[in-house]
Amino acid sequence: MRFLLVEDNEELGAAIASRMSFDGHVVDHALTIADASGFLETGEYDLILLDIMLPDGDGRSFLKAHRNSQSDTPVIVLTARSQVSDRISMLDLGADDYVTKPFDHAELQARCRAVLRRKHGTAQTVVTLGDVTFDPVAGHITVHGTQTFLRNRELRLLEVLITAPGQIFPKQKLVDRLFSYDDDVSENAVEVYIARLRKHLEGSCLTITTHRGLGYRLDNV
Amino acid sequence: MSDPLRVSGSLRNRLALILIGGAAILALFLVLLVRSYAAQIAQQGQDQVLGASVTSILDTAIIQDGQVEVDFPYSALSMLSTPSDDRVFHAIYQDDTLLSGYASLTRDATRAPALPAYATAEIMGTAVRRASASRTLIGADQRTTITVIVAQTQDALSGTLNRISRTVAGFGIGFFLLATALALWASSSTIGQLQRLTQSVTKRGPQDLRPFDKPVPTEMVPLVSSLNTLMGRLDQSLNRSEDFIAEAAHRVRTPLATVRSHAEAMLQRVGREENRATVRSMMRAIDESSRAAGQLLDHAMITFRADHLERDTFDLVELVQDLVVRLTPVAELKDVTVRLDGPEPVVISGDAILVQNAVRNILDNALKYAPGDSLVLVRVTNTPTPQVVVVDEGQGFPHAQIDTLADRFTRGDNAAGTIGSGLGLTIAQDVAEAHGGILDLSNRPEGGACVTLSF
Repeated sequence: MRFLLVEDNEELGAAIASRMSFDGHVVDHALTIADASGFLETGEYDLILLDIMLPDGDGRSFLKAHRNSQSDTPVIVLTARSQVSDRISMLDLGADDYVTKPFDHAELQARCRAVLRRKHGTAQTVVTLGDVTFDPVAGHITVHGTQTFLRNRELRLLEVLITAPGQIFPKQKLVDRLFSYDDDVSENAVEVYIARLRKHLEGSCLTITTHRGLGYRLDNV
Repeated sequence: MSDPLRVSGSLRNRLALILIGGAAILALFLVLLVRSYAAQIAQQGQDQVLGASVTSILDTAIIQDGQVEVDFPYSALSMLSTPSDDRVFHAIYQDDTLLSGYASLTRDATRAPALPAYATAEIMGTAVRRASASRTLIGADQRTTITVIVAQTQDALSGTLNRISRTVAGFGIGFFLLATALALWASSSTIGQLQRLTQSVTKRGPQDLRPFDKPVPTEMVPLVSSLNTLMGRLDQSLNRSEDFIAEAAHRVRTPLATVRSHAEAMLQRVGREENRATVRSMMRAIDESSRAAGQLLDHAMITFRADHLERDTFDLVELVQDLVVRLTPVAELKDVTVRLDGPEPVVISGDAILVQNAVRNILDNALKYAPGDSLVLVRVTNTPTPQVVVVDEGQGFPHAQIDTLADRFTRGDNAAGTIGSGLGLTIAQDVAEAHGGILDLSNRPEGGACVTLSF
């Protein structure tokens, strides 16, 4: 997916961008409102991540202008301000959601997904591999015309595996994807979700193989 | 909040009392003055008639052949007749000898006035007014003094006086009542200005610190302008501290967010388990501190708002519905399903922002402690009171601590592995109390915690 990140703190912007590109997203980073408007004129984005306190203006006025320009690109506000009243005014101004800094990237991803799902998604995100069509935003796979909805952890697991078919992913990496770092889980917890995915993929040309001591691999046979 | 103000009497009562008291004294004075003037005039009238009677009797006295003759004129008595049939007494003395009449009308020997002299006396226990005059008759060889005294009871006079008194008293009372009504009207219309100012200040919401700009009477201008100055300073200092909190939060959280994002990216790259553990504990520390900072600010704000509760009516189901939608992405990360059960609107009156915060804290807790693939059930009902019940399938509250968990900075013994500030339930409880409700924590027999927020 293509994100426009509007964040005046260069360090934080870079950190968010690098974390997101890690998940395979493209991020354009604007430092000011002027930059952001420039990016919006030239490019199409799936989602805008917007900071509130910007050097050349208030993120809220940008949001208002964005909404008035009839653009329906969803906006998620990144706020560092104190909680309640600020959040409410954000939603009133037309933000689709907000996260409070510092945020968990898994939560940010989940919120992006939820917002895109509400906005009926974008066609570009659909992945087709063999006879399986996977729509991570809508959260379902289609095998031979049969649509199955995945639960969130199954979905995130497939999201990782499908980025590099034929590559072995270590269990540890998959645990990091599925569980929060404060969930006290053993690496074996992944097995449950692998088993569920296998069940959903039954009858398709995709298989997940276990490589003892190494991890799991998705193959298109 | 603040001690009751000490009250030093009422301006309105004081003003009314002074005006009414003044009117009473004035009315009494008026009555006495008119009454004594009337008495004086009436007395003068009686005196003139008595004097004329005495003079007319005295005028008939002559000496004839050495004998004193007095031809008592009938008119001398008839002129004294009154509607009250006052009794008339007379006495005629030749020198010291009573020629005719009542001996009890004694002659004042020391004085023999030619013009009538008047006095008040008593005959047979009745008060009378008497007039006396003397005349010296000179005969051929003698010189004698005739004294005539006429007295009259005062029934008619006192009757007249009583009538006048009653009328005057009536006027006095009327004047007093009119003055009292005027005094009450004047004092309440004066104090009314103050009350209108008070009302318009009281009617304002706690956030409304605009200066008072309606016209006020001159005497109240100093009070109102110092009130405006005070509100201006308060507004400024509130704004400054609000800005400060926002700015402080921004300054603290932005670098924390940078560190956290870097740490997360690093966790993806680092392979060695001990390094991973270090990065994890870094992230945990970041989350702890940012959460504590956020909750402390929230708690401060809630304490402030709870002190100045702004009530309006809203649907509790709708509010909880919004929260559930908003928390669903977080719940989905753990494959936790949040189900809302609120079949009919539950309209309550309160501060929606506070209630939202309280419910969010309860839901946050439920999601934090719910195991993966479980159900969090949120029920909003109107019976027996409007309430929100949140039930999870976690391990529940530790029994020994269940009564103290809502205290500030208290966390359950079984919460060691989870990020938290120990303020979430405190906030929920403060909000419940500010709305006159209660927060109840319990464990379900089949396992899991049950939090009830009732209003």
